[in-house]
Amino acid sequence: MTIQQTRPTATGVGLPAGTTHLPQVDDDAPPAVPRTSIGRPSADEQLVQWGPWLSAGALAWLLTQQLLPLPGLAWFVLAWFVLGLLVTAVLAGMHGGSIAVRDRVAASVITGGALTVGVALVSTVGFVFWEGWEPLLHLNFFTDDMAGVGPRDPFTRGGIAHAVLGSLIQLGIGLAITLPLGIGTAVFMTEVGGRFAKLVRTIVEAMTALPSIVAGLFVYTVFILTLGQPRSGLAAGLAIAVMMLPIIARAADVVLRVVPGGLREASLALGASRWKTVWHVVLPTARPGLATAVILGSARGVGETSPVLLTSGAAMFFVVGPTDGAMNSLPLFIYSNVRSGEDTAILRAFGAASVLLVLVLLLFVVARLLARPPRASKRRRFSLTPRGGWAQRGLDLSRANPGSVAGAVRPAPAPAPPAPDPAFPIGPDDRPTPPQEPR
Amino acid sequence: MTTLPAYDEANGLDVVPRRVSRKARGVDAVFEHSARAIGASVLVITGGVGLFLGWQAYPTLSRYGLDFFTESRWLPEEDVVGIAAVLTGTVSIALVAMTFAFPLALLTALYISEYAPARIKSTLVAMVDLMAAVPSIVYGLWGYLLVMPRAGELAQWLHANLGWIPFFDIRGTDPDAAVPDASRYLYSSFAAGIAVAMMVLPMACAVMRQVFSQAPQGEKEAALALGATRWGMIRSVVLPFGRGGIIGGTMLGLGRALGETIAVVLIISPTFDVKWNLTEIGSNSVSAHIALQFGEASPAQLSALLAAGFVLFLITLLVNTLAAVVVNRSRSGAGTDA
Repeated sequence: MTIQQTRPTATGVGLPAGTTHLPQVDDDAPPAVPRTSIGRPSADEQLVQWGPWLSAGALAWLLTQQLLPLPGLAWFVLAWFVLGLLVTAVLAGMHGGSIAVRDRVAASVITGGALTVGVALVSTVGFVFWEGWEPLLHLNFFTDDMAGVGPRDPFTRGGIAHAVLGSLIQLGIGLAITLPLGIGTAVFMTEVGGRFAKLVRTIVEAMTALPSIVAGLFVYTVFILTLGQPRSGLAAGLAIAVMMLPIIARAADVVLRVVPGGLREASLALGASRWKTVWHVVLPTARPGLATAVILGSARGVGETSPVLLTSGAAMFFVVGPTDGAMNSLPLFIYSNVRSGEDTAILRAFGAASVLLVLVLLLFVVARLLARPPRASKRRRFSLTPRGGWAQRGLDLSRANPGSVAGAVRPAPAPAPPAPDPAFPIGPDDRPTPPQEPR
Repeated sequence: MTTLPAYDEANGLDVVPRRVSRKARGVDAVFEHSARAIGASVLVITGGVGLFLGWQAYPTLSRYGLDFFTESRWLPEEDVVGIAAVLTGTVSIALVAMTFAFPLALLTALYISEYAPARIKSTLVAMVDLMAAVPSIVYGLWGYLLVMPRAGELAQWLHANLGWIPFFDIRGTDPDAAVPDASRYLYSSFAAGIAVAMMVLPMACAVMRQVFSQAPQGEKEAALALGATRWGMIRSVVLPFGRGGIIGGTMLGLGRALGETIAVVLIISPTFDVKWNLTEIGSNSVSAHIALQFGEASPAQLSALLAAGFVLFLITLLVNTLAAVVVNRSRSGAGTDA
């Protein structure tokens, strides 16, 4: 071996200072053991994690189902959890101090809490679909209304199409009012500013606390009692709008506020007017966030029962005109069917609740897709929260000026009409003009 | 080639600086004024709702005075109207909801921000957001038909075994009877509170998780590098940093729980007595009271209902404002440049 030549003859003493010594090799040492991987728990550690829960499960079964008079799943699960914590603590205490015990128990409690929430969510969604599958099998459930159908009639008659239509019409009315007003107010609060804007912001934030039933009661008192209008889809739409307006305005305000000020300043410094800055820089940058805010607001609006309960009345048939009197909607249909107490009606309510859930889920998925930056395959997904996600999106200058980066990556002869950029699907006119490439 | 501006010898001293004005002109003026108009109209609409409520509530409040808050009966025909019972019912349902929602939200937020594998983290965040989007009527169905019978059994067990605590005692039943009266344990604040807990949990959880995720990474790593366990790191860095988020998120959830209507209407059977045994049949809340009473209300009754709604709104407003102050304070210095 070549290293042996450099082995120093005397250790440390008498050597000239400033020379480097290679480490000595001990020929008698046992062969090196492969290093353990630090990132992954070893088989031992994994057993320490799972073992207590296995043993606690067996113990819990023995205790609750065999020894003590505590039958039923609930007792078993409770005993399992408590015993699991106990065994985990004992096992951690066997080769670690109280610190290790606390760490393990805390990890178990936290995971258990998260699992409980997950089970509750799954049980909610699963329960609704499980109870509601029967009416969902009949096609007429999706295409018919309930005209002339009694609560005890079989599922082959009647459907909820009128309620779906009513929900969509009412949501449409609500959105037609809240969308321009809500986003306009958010633009006013962030882009114009001033003392008056602060007042508006304070009031809007205060009104997000308005309970939805009070919004319904307001429209009921003003629109139906004072103005003498009948209960109608319009009234319900107005109630939804009163409820949604502060929510959407506030969410849009939060989204616009996280657009980096640097982008605005750059646009203004380049000579754009304030209106052009808002239209071409601020709004496109915040577009996914705004869409998310609006869609989550609509999900809230379409599922809220209490304002509709007071204002819309409940028709059993198709009503298209918003002012043509009583109009049904999905939440109201569910509510009135559950209150009726008939078994068939309750199952119908569950069917309608499944449809409502699917509707909300669809809105939610659309919101997620819009909130995600394009070319998401290469990046990590963002959560719906504005911080991080939208701020990072705003900071990504390649999107604020797609020509500068995209042009450089593209093959040499850049085509004059740039490829449709998913960041700006509004239309080619809304896209910031890419800088002219030198020819 | 750049050309410098020629200096005119003759008129050189006439060069004046360009006039700069902050006043918007042209398109900008139109934009500014229309934005201001939209803001003003929203102010009128939203502020109008609040003012209208206050204006409508005034006759009731001036007529009944403090009795409105201390009277528990609601008998408009006999001119006896008060919200003591519905208000305590609202508070007790919200408290039950927070008893369940607060620990679960905290644990879930900690799990998502500190324990969950990175792969499933974004999915979990989406699940919590989805949970917030589930309509309240769905939670109402779940609470009414799935949870309430189980909660009734639990209440019965609590009465039989812990009945000496007045909290779990239920008047008018004997838990040791051969056939206990099961219906006495249903339709209670307890069952309604569980359904409401599901609604406020995702809200509180989202706020907490967001604040936890802003805990300074350097300090977390420093704690781990000094030999702290994961729980030690959470206790010494994440929880102190996120204290504002925990309090604020809980209060935001509380604000929502106070105003929740439809799940409560579905589950409770309305009563008008102030009581503290939450597992007993019968409860009420301001919003449920409005939903059940508005139909046959005369104008005077409607004013009383609006007054009740106004009081509820003021309470929610107070809770939400406190929550916003607490959350904002906890985030100071961590904001964006906007």
